[in-house]
Amino acid sequence: MSERASIPKRDPEEAPERENGIEAVESGSEAIIAALEQAGVEHAFGVQGGAIMPVYDALYDSSIHHITMAHEQGAAHAADAYGLVTGEPGLAMATSGPGATNLITGLADAAMDSDPMIALTGQVATDFVGNDAFQETDTTGITLPVTKANYFADHSDTVGDDVSEAFALAREGRQGPTLVDLPKDITKGETDQWPKPPETPETHDEPSEADESAVEAAAATLSAADRPVILAGGGVVKSEASDELRAFAREYEIPVITTMPGLGTFPETDDLSLGMAGMHGTGAANMAVTNCDVLLGVGTRFDDRLTGGVDTFAPDASVIHVDIDPAEISKNIEADHPLIGDATRVLEQFDEAMDTAPDADQWREQCQTWTEEYPLDYETPDDEPLKPQYVVETFDELADDDAIVTTGVGQHQMWAAQFWTYEYPRTWVSSNGLGTMGYGVPSAIGAKIGAPDTEVVAFDGDGSFLMTIQELSVAVRENLDITYVVLNNEAIGMVRQWQDGFYEGRRMASEYPWVPEFDKLAEAFGARGFRLEEPEDVEETIQAAREYDGPAVIDAIIDPAENVFPMVPSGGDNGLFALNEQHLEMI
Amino acid sequence: MPGPAPDERMRPSGRRNTQGIRIDPEAEATHEPRMAVLSALVKHEPGVLSEVSSLFSRRQFNIESLTVGPTQDGDTARMTIVIEEPEPGVQQAKKQLRKLIPVIDVEELESAAMRRELALIKVAGDKPDDVQAVAEMYGGDAVDASKDAVTVEITGSKQKIDAAIEAFEQFDVLEIVRTGAAALERGSKTMDSTTMESDN
Ligand SMILES: Cc1ncc(C[n+]2csc(CCOP(=O)(O)OP(=O)(O)O)c2C)c(N)n1
Repeated sequence: MSERASIPKRDPEEAPERENGIEAVESGSEAIIAALEQAGVEHAFGVQGGAIMPVYDALYDSSIHHITMAHEQGAAHAADAYGLVTGEPGLAMATSGPGATNLITGLADAAMDSDPMIALTGQVATDFVGNDAFQETDTTGITLPVTKANYFADHSDTVGDDVSEAFALAREGRQGPTLVDLPKDITKGETDQWPKPPETPETHDEPSEADESAVEAAAATLSAADRPVILAGGGVVKSEASDELRAFAREYEIPVITTMPGLGTFPETDDLSLGMAGMHGTGAANMAVTNCDVLLGVGTRFDDRLTGGVDTFAPDASVIHVDIDPAEISKNIEADHPLIGDATRVLEQFDEAMDTAPDADQWREQCQTWTEEYPLDYETPDDEPLKPQYVVETFDELADDDAIVTTGVGQHQMWAAQFWTYEYPRTWVSSNGLGTMGYGVPSAIGAKIGAPDTEVVAFDGDGSFLMTIQELSVAVRENLDITYVVLNNEAIGMVRQWQDGFYEGRRMASEYPWVPEFDKLAEAFGARGFRLEEPEDVEETIQAAREYDGPAVIDAIIDPAENVFPMVPSGGDNGLFALNEQHLEMI
Repeated sequence: MPGPAPDERMRPSGRRNTQGIRIDPEAEATHEPRMAVLSALVKHEPGVLSEVSSLFSRRQFNIESLTVGPTQDGDTARMTIVIEEPEPGVQQAKKQLRKLIPVIDVEELESAAMRRELALIKVAGDKPDDVQAVAEMYGGDAVDASKDAVTVEITGSKQKIDAAIEAFEQFDVLEIVRTGAAALERGSKTMDSTTMESDN
């Protein structure tokens, strides 16, 4: 446990005084920065480069705090996490060509999770566009499928408006990533046009309130249910509907399950909570969703990791689907009652329309039985070797109640979802939809910048950690108080688990013959490093890492044989989850 | 872990089909594919066609034809998209189209809508009179004639053009080009660029 960090700690009191921002604009670049400041942007994550230099030059005089990332993928994930944690679009900046292409994974990730984010990319000057000029790529073309909207700025007088509109679109309605591609001549070009305020274009119309008669019909269906369940998704987080959801569920005493992005929307400590449903969800949640007769889905897109095979998903249930995006209705699961609108507002409408609570004593008892029958559990015959679940559980006990958890992708992500108790929205920051390894390190940076007073814990896998480890340098430079825990099984464990379960144990390319010593790597980056091997050291090590004021990395050497259960095999029947390897063979 | 094993657990009796529709034992709940003509009013700006066409390929909609051209108002263009999909796919295509920022409005045209396409058919020039005679049968015209080839223009429904092409096969067909459908609702009904509807 040596400390080799040589970076001086930054005293916030001594932080350089920033200018108050742009007051009048003279160039496209200044219009861009003015648009961002006007929209309330406070932080930017990015990497410099030739084509974006004029924009960065205008940033020099801005009130916006720029965080230089090690790689543009890191900038995108940090911006995405910032957007999720704050509710306001996070800003990622990159140069043309390779800078822009490096953003793609992060844009796709934000698109899948509907996280608000705006990306600004440099582009070669308009005259060169289409000529395969140095560092040119067709950025709007490449990012079309992974953005909510994108813009190619074609005039210095309107570039500020483009940025304002992109910002508004990222935030309004169903949130998502937007991008503005900025040719160098446009950003350098003269203009005195102050950007318009952030407003969405008129062709874009997001519904706020659901149709009254549809709500009444749905409420009647729910009132008459014998076996009702509420399924809360990420849309509840995005629409700030968690309070309404809690009130509604408690008033009508309806059991609640969540999707993975919906973690934290309903407190897992509540008696009505059955936990997360889906591939690695709890037994109780999956039994409830399979056997319910009315399913009220709020802000969920019925992703296949949630539903398993659609033929066996809530097969007896009338589905009431609340979503702000009409295109989500009946995309994967046919909705009997589509309610299109903002989740907060629709839940209020729903509450007004409910006559009686469903008569569901027996059903609640049944759900309770399932909770007792299928607890989240792991075997600890002799506490050795170290169990990852134990590390997560212990950290949860020690951490602040409202601590934010970010993750990479793999087994560790599932343990972090299962063994941490989520109570508040915006505390689960993970790559749910795209499943991007490498999301953990930069997303923790974005989360900490977005919520500087909240404890941030990042659970990562050794494989995922290695994909974006360079961003540790940023956490050190910015002196961010983040605790990284690498659940190190010397493997890309989730792949190995599937190989053992479904490919006869043929472990092709899933085991690392050697992984670096992450505690030492952390020290080399200037962070604090800890190595954790013994179960009896768990508490002490976590406390020491938490107490360290700056980024700390715990390299936790875990039982490599540990697998994630319960498990619904891909496309399977949620009610037939496996609790162990033998069950897997049965189903 | 405790708790019953998979085969001992409570099981529901229901089922859904591959389209996510609950299967009602009384009525078979599957939709056969049908032809749908979608008309989209879009902003007349660069990139719209690729945005729309990439949406259709990305989401695997089975597209039969897509045509685009300007409208009476210089700022908008109109696209006619013919797809063949089961009912949920048709609805999904409409909703996804509506989500695109440059799309102003989307409507599905009734099956009675006027639907026209155009074909240019180039055939060998050795029997120009016979070619002209067949063209006239289909209301077409020879629009170009040279020593070696005659090109005929035919406009009409898809069926009419299919039939015309078949009739021309008696000559030596050298080349055919077809436009895909352009369609408009019958009567006085028009697509209003100021209303944004969102049906389900
Ligand atoms: C960028 C990327 N590449 C590949 C995958 C496929 N994949 C899913 S989980 C996984 C293993 C992750 O290993 P690790 O980060 O060590 O976590 P563990 O499962 O061991 O906890 C892999 C390779 C992915 N999700 N993302």
